[in-house]
Amino acid sequence: MVGYIDKIKEISERLLKDGKVDMVIGFRKGTMPMMNEPHRVKSADDVKNLVWDSNCGINLANYLTDRKEKIGIVAKGCDSRNIVTHIIENKIDRDQLYIIGVPCKGMIDSHKITNAVSGEIVDVVESNGEVTVKGDGFEETFNKADVLQKNCAVCIHRNPVIYDELVTDLVEEQADVDRYEDVREIEAMSTEEKHNFFDDLLAPCIRCYACRNACPLCYCPTCFVDESRPQWVGKGDDPVDIKTFHFLRAYHCAGRCTDCGSCERACPVGINMRLLTKKLEMDCLNLYGWEAGLTLDNRPPLDTYKPDDPEEFIK
Amino acid sequence: MKVIKIDKAKWNDGLEALNGSYSLFGPVKQNECYEFKKLDKDEQLDLSGLNTRMSAKGLIYPHTEAMFTYTLDEGEENHHIMQPADKDYSPRAVIGIRPCDADAFLLVQRNFDTPDYKDPYWIQAYEATTFVGLACNNPCRSCFCTSAGSGPFHEAGLDVLVVDAGDYFLAKAITEKGEALLKVTGWDNELDSDTAEKEIAALKNDAEAKISSTILTDNLKEMPITAVYDAPFWEDVAFACINCGTCTYVCPTCWCFDIQDEVHGTSGTRMRNWDSCMFPLFTLHGSGHNPRGEKVQRVRQRFMHKLKYYVDKYGDGIQCVGCGRCVRACPVNIDIRKVCDLMNNYDEATCAAQ
Ligand code: SF4
Ligand code: SF4
Ligand code: SF4
Ligand code: SF4
Repeated sequence: MVGYIDKIKEISERLLKDGKVDMVIGFRKGTMPMMNEPHRVKSADDVKNLVWDSNCGINLANYLTDRKEKIGIVAKGCDSRNIVTHIIENKIDRDQLYIIGVPCKGMIDSHKITNAVSGEIVDVVESNGEVTVKGDGFEETFNKADVLQKNCAVCIHRNPVIYDELVTDLVEEQADVDRYEDVREIEAMSTEEKHNFFDDLLAPCIRCYACRNACPLCYCPTCFVDESRPQWVGKGDDPVDIKTFHFLRAYHCAGRCTDCGSCERACPVGINMRLLTKKLEMDCLNLYGWEAGLTLDNRPPLDTYKPDDPEEFIK
Repeated sequence: MKVIKIDKAKWNDGLEALNGSYSLFGPVKQNECYEFKKLDKDEQLDLSGLNTRMSAKGLIYPHTEAMFTYTLDEGEENHHIMQPADKDYSPRAVIGIRPCDADAFLLVQRNFDTPDYKDPYWIQAYEATTFVGLACNNPCRSCFCTSAGSGPFHEAGLDVLVVDAGDYFLAKAITEKGEALLKVTGWDNELDSDTAEKEIAALKNDAEAKISSTILTDNLKEMPITAVYDAPFWEDVAFACINCGTCTYVCPTCWCFDIQDEVHGTSGTRMRNWDSCMFPLFTLHGSGHNPRGEKVQRVRQRFMHKLKYYVDKYGDGIQCVGCGRCVRACPVNIDIRKVCDLMNNYDEATCAAQ
């Protein structure tokens, strides 16, 4: 993964020099350990600022919404699936894009690493499938596989599904992963246990909506929680309002969510709200055999109507 | 002012002694981080963390705060008339607040307690509170308090400064409020203040020397507002921002709120909630027009307010105490230190010539 960047720079420089795109969207180095910043490069001279490593978890499809320019975009597996969804939903045109595909080996979870060491982290270095964390008076090395983001650990679409050029050969997809263990655990709970579980899960929420804003799917001009005429949801810290936001948002993502993990990654208080979207993702797979963002040819199951729908209630 | 030496074994006894006279608030560990919390009678605070994830501002100015209640039931007396919400302004003590957070209240006070406008909720909560601060012997890498007008041993805004001196604490009374609190604790080993001050000063020097992050703010005041407002770097600064408002929620010096009415059946509450200049709704007019409808305008507003408008209005520094929270919490790593550099180094003439 670390070696990808030379190729990303080479492609970006070529695209910009040839005038094929107006900008390339990628990442630049962050100022904090395990953080990179989404960044757009407009001239070949600035291509040097691009970086690529295992801290590029933010989904870049989010930065394409309704843009008018010609854009080169660096896309790992999940970004590419959200790009597909964006194209289907008319948020961007395929013709506007030059997709630089990045076969991905997973992003690292900064929360996991922060919790695994005691003390402030000063530097994190990655090499050969290992992640070395340095701080004042300590140094620890982890297997990258053990510190992956939760969604990356169970990802089965690491390769971009749509691209114009790849930065390296396709990687082997993970087989034999149990994608829905966590969902089944919740399903096995009693109603009361579930209730308590979701209460605890969402209790720390400060309603910043970083989860929503980091999600490429959440592009409504006015989100239902912001709507004031009429106002659907209270804006205070009432737990019912907070749950309403989360449950409704999850349903709006049903059949569209790619489990990219951007929402969870963005949350400043470490809430795994992905559990909600994952349940719906699992249902879509079981009920419709559908996985989001794999093809430009079909619309997500929940935004289509077919006259021959087998369900009785719809007739 | 007087300095008391506290045997670490006696620390909890002193806090317990406060229980009858004050409600106590302090940092406790919650999952992966530390947060301020009202302590139950037997609950102990935990001073081992670097700093809390959320600032202490919510203790005085909660995220959601009821201002009035009312009933719409015409059968009831006083229906449709706002009644003040129930409040508890009995004495409280916040233990283990960091100096930057306490200092931040003085900045925020300029908004809530002015000659013309007095915010009754903020003022009463603030006045009811005694702040017992813990000096930072080991500041985080992302703290830049010393160049933001505060510091790891900064006393402004504190009533007592507690310094961890290894085997014991040194507690320095800074205000009369602080002295009154110390009396209740029963800690009574008063030291010769010259010697004690020297000991504190030495620890302070060590701590300040450990601050590895700084900003420059010297040009901000002289710079013409319109020049930096129109500077070419804002598009680049704003690109990554997802306008989540996390930076403003975690910030001890951000003070904006929104007022909402909520009615359940016939009983209603008028409340205020934190708001953020990062939200499009913040400036949306009734007409539908939004003067800050674009993301870049909102991002610019946050930094211009903290680093320029505030500087111009009050003349004694930036609206930031350098706690570093926004830097640590931003999901896309937008860093106020970098933006401050861009603003402070901005030279309209050279940029125009390029
Ligand atoms: S990002 Fe986290 S804190 Fe913010 S609204 Fe979402 S769940 Fe709540
Ligand atoms: S809901 Fe979360 S995991 Fe799903 S697409 Fe949006 S950001 Fe990605
Ligand atoms: S926390 Fe970061 S992404 Fe969120 S509004 Fe602030 S600067 Fe923008
Ligand atoms: S702007 Fe950032 S560093 Fe400054 S006081 Fe607010 S949260 Fe702390």
